[in-house]
Amino acid sequence: MNYIEHVGKYFSMLRQVLRKPQKWSVFRDSLFREIQDLGINSVGIVAFISFFVGGVVVIQTALNLENPLIPKYLIGYASRESLILEFSPTLLSIILAGKVGSFISSSIGTMRVTEQIDALEVMGVNSLNYLVLPKIIATVLFYPFLITISIFLGIVGGYVAGNITNLVLSADYVSGIRYDFDPFHITYSLIKTAVFAFVIATIPSYHGYFVKGGAIEVGRSSTKAVVWTSVVIIFLNYILTQLLLGK
Amino acid sequence: MIELSNLHKSFDGASVLKGINTTFEKGKTNLIIGQSGSGKTVLLKCMLGLFTPDKGDICYDNRHYSKMSIKGKRNLRKEMGMLFQGSALFDSLNVENNVMFPLKMFTNNPYNAMLDRVNTVLKRVNLENVNHKYPAELSGGMQKRVALARAIVMNPKYLFCDEPNSGLDPKTAIVIDNLIQEITKEFDIITVINSHDMNSVMEIGEKIIFLKDGIKAWEGNNKEILRTTNEAVSDFVYSSELLKKVRKAYL
Repeated sequence: MNYIEHVGKYFSMLRQVLRKPQKWSVFRDSLFREIQDLGINSVGIVAFISFFVGGVVVIQTALNLENPLIPKYLIGYASRESLILEFSPTLLSIILAGKVGSFISSSIGTMRVTEQIDALEVMGVNSLNYLVLPKIIATVLFYPFLITISIFLGIVGGYVAGNITNLVLSADYVSGIRYDFDPFHITYSLIKTAVFAFVIATIPSYHGYFVKGGAIEVGRSSTKAVVWTSVVIIFLNYILTQLLLGK
Repeated sequence: MIELSNLHKSFDGASVLKGINTTFEKGKTNLIIGQSGSGKTVLLKCMLGLFTPDKGDICYDNRHYSKMSIKGKRNLRKEMGMLFQGSALFDSLNVENNVMFPLKMFTNNPYNAMLDRVNTVLKRVNLENVNHKYPAELSGGMQKRVALARAIVMNPKYLFCDEPNSGLDPKTAIVIDNLIQEITKEFDIITVINSHDMNSVMEIGEKIIFLKDGIKAWEGNNKEILRTTNEAVSDFVYSSELLKKVRKAYL
């Protein structure tokens, strides 16, 4: 199957997914389960990565700004901008594509090869709507919150690292963090995150849902899902940046 | 009654079903038998609506599947129960929620009424005190019984079973067979079973159709199959020396 066929099949899948749930009470239960599996279970890893990457960003920025004419508060400013604009929304989404994407693809793929999806269809359930819609809603609603935590912890990590290494004074760092702040950058970051969350929920679902074969194929589909989700995130990152920040 | 008329199905140019005509009656356990690759599962999946036949029609109590709208097909599926070869229980749900799933999805009954119904069907398949266990914690036979309970929880008109005995020991297999037959009589439903288990054929084969290379090669019941002169059926059913001797002694 060529790429265009895959794209067509993906959008035709979305037509089945984006429908009114057959039963709201069942949908609500699934939604809470997905928020737990795809969102709350990722808080730990997101917090850990964000805190330490925030620290590393500050150390590296400080080491590259040795010129005495450059004010030290720019370390805080540069760290804040890189965390808000790129690291938290884009790089963390790619990390989540690996963690959550492989989970989604392998769990739906396993349901396919063990006939659980056939069981849903035989019962008269729209399996795509039942399985994928709660994942989309859960990720699109929860990931902006997750990314907000990531930005906050990244900045805290930078503050701690700057203090421990004495590369930047607390006052300089805080002043840099507050310098020339543009609230639209947060909006831009959250818009990107919501779009990436949609991609993280749907592309792995597509790969899992249409898997054929057994355990090996489920594994392969999982790998493909992560690769394609990352590729699409990188591509959409460029498009969204151009659209939202480009002059 | 389920009527199949001139049913054809092919995949990538390879013809799997070649003009199947037959009927499956109410209150009977109907068996589809045949070697692996003879088209049994494809035929069953066509009846379930999971595959669309290339040609021909399936009629469920005078309702033509090919003429139904998508909504009509979905509603028809609510009248079907299916016991899958691998049970197909939802891994993330416990026994109670697995069996309750169709009730939650398609009824507005209060929780206690649904729970009563779940306990009734679990009792009917001789399973009690397993409500909070997960499928992975159950034996193969217990999983099949939970799947059967889920299949009958909505009082289906049509029950389909794909290899209900696969992976089970002979004693448990007979328990499952008898359970399916009892449920068929008790609820007066149309049961269609895919099988290549000879114990099932002899035990519950009230109507048997034999498929060979996508063609219906023989039709009869468990009494007639003992006396059949059809060579293809005899070769399939009495494939071992022991069974050949049993048949000879019987005749």
